[in-house]
Amino acid sequence: MNFNGYDVGDFYDEMFLPEGTPRPEARALVDRIEGLPEGEFVRRHTAAEQALLNTGITFTVYGDEAGTERIFPFDVVPRIISHDTWAPIERGLRQRVEALNHFIDDVYHERRIVRDGVVPAEVVESSQGYRTECIGLDPPRGIWCHITGTDLVRDRDGTIYVLEDNLRCPSGVSYVLENRAVMTETFPIVFEGLGVRPVQDYPSRLLTMLEEVAPEGASRPSVALLTPGVFNSAYFEHSFLAQQMGIELVEGRDLDVVDDRLQMRTTHGYEPVDVLYRRIDDDFLDPTCFRADSLLGVPGLMELYQRGRVTLVNAPGTGVADDKVVYSYVPEMIRYYLDQDPILPNVPTYLCWRTDDRRYVLDHLAELVVKPANESGGYGLLIGPAASAGQLRDFAQRIAAEPRNYIAQPTLGLSRVPTRVEQRFEGRHVDLRPYILFGRDCYVLPGGLTRVALRKGSLVVNSSQGGGSKDTWVLAPPAKA
Amino acid sequence: MLSRVAESIYWMSRYISRAENVARVVGVNSQLQLQMPALAEDQWDPMVQVTGDEAAFRAAYDGPTRSSVIEFLTFDANNPNSIVSCLTRARENARSVREIISSEMWEAINTFYLFLQAPGARQRAMADAHAFFQHVQRSSYQIEGAKNETMEHGDGWHFSRLGQYLERGDQTTRILDTKYYLLLPSPEHVGKPIDDLQWTALLRSASAFEAYRRTHGRVAASAVASFLVLNREFPRSVHHCVIEAQTSLHAVTGTPLRRYANSAERALGRLVADLDYTDIADVIRTGLHDFLDSIQDRLNGVGSEITRTFFAPPRRTDGPG
Repeated sequence: MNFNGYDVGDFYDEMFLPEGTPRPEARALVDRIEGLPEGEFVRRHTAAEQALLNTGITFTVYGDEAGTERIFPFDVVPRIISHDTWAPIERGLRQRVEALNHFIDDVYHERRIVRDGVVPAEVVESSQGYRTECIGLDPPRGIWCHITGTDLVRDRDGTIYVLEDNLRCPSGVSYVLENRAVMTETFPIVFEGLGVRPVQDYPSRLLTMLEEVAPEGASRPSVALLTPGVFNSAYFEHSFLAQQMGIELVEGRDLDVVDDRLQMRTTHGYEPVDVLYRRIDDDFLDPTCFRADSLLGVPGLMELYQRGRVTLVNAPGTGVADDKVVYSYVPEMIRYYLDQDPILPNVPTYLCWRTDDRRYVLDHLAELVVKPANESGGYGLLIGPAASAGQLRDFAQRIAAEPRNYIAQPTLGLSRVPTRVEQRFEGRHVDLRPYILFGRDCYVLPGGLTRVALRKGSLVVNSSQGGGSKDTWVLAPPAKA
Repeated sequence: MLSRVAESIYWMSRYISRAENVARVVGVNSQLQLQMPALAEDQWDPMVQVTGDEAAFRAAYDGPTRSSVIEFLTFDANNPNSIVSCLTRARENARSVREIISSEMWEAINTFYLFLQAPGARQRAMADAHAFFQHVQRSSYQIEGAKNETMEHGDGWHFSRLGQYLERGDQTTRILDTKYYLLLPSPEHVGKPIDDLQWTALLRSASAFEAYRRTHGRVAASAVASFLVLNREFPRSVHHCVIEAQTSLHAVTGTPLRRYANSAERALGRLVADLDYTDIADVIRTGLHDFLDSIQDRLNGVGSEITRTFFAPPRRTDGPG
């Protein structure tokens, strides 16, 4: 297969310049793909898909009875990011996570940022992730958002924007690792010698971070990953990460609070847990503290946490910053806490609870993307330019009824990457979710998850909505001459 | 190891073992049918009995024919002991512990499952039963190989072996039991040429024919029973199975052999000791059927004690502070 006749269209193409020649960082890759013998590309792609099927790399689609497990579609053309593009992204993400952590800690302590009039108190308190149970708590090392997945997009003019910060239980990193494994297994010829930065050390870094935030006094901390169970959509990732880190994968029913510690039920009696990497939301952590009907959590866990007997990752209450209204204040947070200019810009955001913004949004609904402030997974979204008159009317009513719940942003022309469609390549829109670990140091995984909207023209990249993924290659800095 | 995880590994291995066993019985009988066309249809009935699901079969099918039995034992999702049902549950269990079993082992189980789910699997089983059921058996060997070569030989591995050997021991008693009725309706039937073929088939379904020949030579009913129940070395003999299960049980707890620290060790230890000092004349005096029945009961009892001891111990929690 070759790229003859590939149309970059009216978008920023991550691989080709507008005139149709490869970008410098992609030239070697384009040559190698075009140099494959006839039929080889398709053969390898099929082999890659078979490998994913055999390893059972699947996710669960809710509300689908038959065959609830699906393979996460994988496109074999990687997305390449040059060193010069990546370096500021990495710095910008560190800066952002540091500011967000300051903000969360401040919210649950003095609230200087509110007193100084930078963020309104009602924005904080109306955020769905705000937890009064966390007021005054001091998690180890002062870290709340240990693991963040920040979604980035690139607009037509090449500017990279932050779309949202996922600070609750960001998922998808297992696909980054598996995509890389599949690529190196099935496409070694394409991969070799290009200087792609490794990602496979992520589990070691994650484990190190988890051990670093153990309660004081735990000499060899015991770490476990808490999953809602095998029917959760991200179960594959939970078991994959636990396996790669060599830690126990536990469910709520495996845990009890015994002798003032969190303990697992084992075949040799109870064994303690010091750090719990929990992949369930705050609401389900502890039925005696949050939702009483939760069967997923552990009664008494929050009380234990509040007394510093166990570390929870991410810290409960972190979700206060995982709100699209709070998001719009992140550039202010960076200036306020760090006294720096933001390196990565936010997408311009209209907050519907502000009268002026709301008026603008309602007047320009057909041009904007409207998002609920607290949903994830691409649910409940309005894409103005693609919406019917009925949908627009419906959203106008919803915004009027619950303005705090909605934000709006201009429709960005997301960048595209060539993607295999049958026997040729076509441009498909992508975003990028890098992962940031915050322990003793702040680590940014080079690259992250490139999600691709496989449907022609679609801007929605979520796996639950017909999205797939690509391997993401961040190139090492060129060797100095 | 987490109690829940140990339980999943134990059941995963039981189900894989059960699926393999069904494939052995069906595969061998398909072959036997080729050699003994006259007896053909009678061959299928006892195979349903092996599984103990006769009533369900009669309710859902007209009668035992080659295709109805293969369908029921292999693909019928309503039959909890069909190969497909066993593999589905084995895979569900494996999925819930895939961080503990090795990636290679998970992949072997998943590939096995996908083979059974593939379009055309049913047609292949009907058209070329031998090849199909051989593939099933090989898939099970592959899982076993991946398990032994890639999983650390710690508690998880031992719980897997515990499930595997208890299940296999139980399956061997079932094969023997049904065939016993079929083959020895009365003493004067013994020694007819047809028996030789039937007993040979029985041995083959336990992969025991060659090993039996080397040990006992000519095929004789009491020697076959002795070989499959009391032989210490043959991997599918009941005695061997309980010895292996005991080894793993004591490896988990660290209790020295011939002592016990819990009810599971006690129940299994007594069973092993009884078989240690039983000879085939004792079995025949009791009656093979009654003897096998009591072994099945005791294996069930061991299973219950394992659950009580390791998988569902009583909870202890701090009261509300």
